[in-house]
Amino acid sequence: MANPGKELRGKVAIVGVADTEVGVLTGRSPMDLGVEAALKAIKDAGLKKSDIDGLITCNSMAQPLMYHAEATAEYLQIFPRYCMAVGAGGGTTFTAIHHAASAIATGMADIIVIAMADCMRSGLSREQALQVQASTGHPEFEQPYGPTVPAYYALIAQAHMAEFGTTQEQLAGIAVSTRQHAANNPTAQMRDLITVDDVMSSRMIADPLHLLDCSLVSDGGSAIVMCSAERAADLPHDPIYIMGAGEGHNHEHISAARSLTTSAAKEAGERAYAMAGLQSSDMDFAQLYDCFTPTVLVELEDLGFCTKGEGGAFVDSGALAPGGSLPVNTHGGLLSHSHAGNPGSMFALTESVWQLRHTAGERQVPKARHGLVHAQGGIMSSHTTLVLSREAS
Amino acid sequence: MSAPELTKILPPDTELSRPFWEGCRNQQLLMQQCKDCDRFQFYPRIVCSHCEGEQLSWQPVSGQGSVASFTIVRRGISKAYEAPYIVALVDLKEGPRMMTTVVGCDPESVAVGDTVEVQFEPWGSDLVLPVFSKR
Repeated sequence: MANPGKELRGKVAIVGVADTEVGVLTGRSPMDLGVEAALKAIKDAGLKKSDIDGLITCNSMAQPLMYHAEATAEYLQIFPRYCMAVGAGGGTTFTAIHHAASAIATGMADIIVIAMADCMRSGLSREQALQVQASTGHPEFEQPYGPTVPAYYALIAQAHMAEFGTTQEQLAGIAVSTRQHAANNPTAQMRDLITVDDVMSSRMIADPLHLLDCSLVSDGGSAIVMCSAERAADLPHDPIYIMGAGEGHNHEHISAARSLTTSAAKEAGERAYAMAGLQSSDMDFAQLYDCFTPTVLVELEDLGFCTKGEGGAFVDSGALAPGGSLPVNTHGGLLSHSHAGNPGSMFALTESVWQLRHTAGERQVPKARHGLVHAQGGIMSSHTTLVLSREAS
Repeated sequence: MSAPELTKILPPDTELSRPFWEGCRNQQLLMQQCKDCDRFQFYPRIVCSHCEGEQLSWQPVSGQGSVASFTIVRRGISKAYEAPYIVALVDLKEGPRMMTTVVGCDPESVAVGDTVEVQFEPWGSDLVLPVFSKR
């Protein structure tokens, strides 16, 4: 493998984290939520806003701004030397973490806040909501056939079922275990336990995906603060180190995917593990991007938690549930905690920090040392894997 | 409901792919073929994505293929799309994969691996789209 980025391993830590409330937040703007999350995260880090010299945001669909990060800095009245808005999708925005880490390691910024928020639930006009649907898909050779966002992911699920015999019940099992985690999280949007039968009897959206195979639509914001490992030593919380980071990019449009059932999560994971010097079996939990249940299935396989084609059986084993061998989406994921659009995977990141600080309360994974966070954007197109740890060596 | 919603989504007109849509109007499925490596590619590009050859020509293909995957959309993307309908990925005999729909059968009867054949369906204004039917 090429240089896996080991120069960055353990050099940068997450030192502050915060989420806003999530769900239906009528009257709150994405900017308000992003700023609230940023200020809370800065406070959590034991820092002042004047300490911040780097800012990364993502644009919001409900309140699109040409210069989003700059507008956020202005709102906060901070004057960073490193400032940008990233990405366009729920998983691609999260790639910002290793860019920020590189900027810190190279001295382009000392303390970076990454703050993201959107109001997908109460902030979108009809036109904006339609545009969200239409923003995926090749405008010339896919969109005319009327694919919806769930339909794109259904193509992946259907191919996996045909190739490996995966069942709808196994997909449903992912929604069920995710809800079990959410039930332990007072901040999750959906906390009532569900069964495989509940998923199977919920309305079919795009075969084989039922309503409960699909993530939520939410308002919310989330932020983290990052700095060098040296600086982190003086701050109040246990630093959570970025040990590995890897990306993988396979396609943008699902009709051009090299494979429907193996994604570039495989390369992203291999790169992150190589940088971290750790492997899948070292992970005490995994937060896997779950916009729809089949993404979790494919990510479990591609990230090496089970072999290709065995994702369904792995779900059946109970591994993903609270107390299982690999708790997945311990906050409740996009399926049950919240899905605020572009900021979506940030909540998996803040949750991972709480897990590794050992402050996750009722849902704490006992003695968690290492955790994996994975996000994907597009239609299983662009992937980023992070390996986080409470130990820098 | 306002009028635009009753219009199906139309592909933007581009000079590069105009021969493709012209072919559809003439009931012919055309794909770009590279003179250097003989491969077909879809969607159309300014170079061969395999060998970077720049000598691309539009050639008719068989219109025969198989269903690589599909879904039955139960909630249509707009009023212009009456659910249930199929969104499918079809692998053409000549290699390229394309998104399309399968028509002329009970959506429930479609399966991965089904062999299908192209046909052409008017799609609003003067546009004709390639769709597929089971053989």
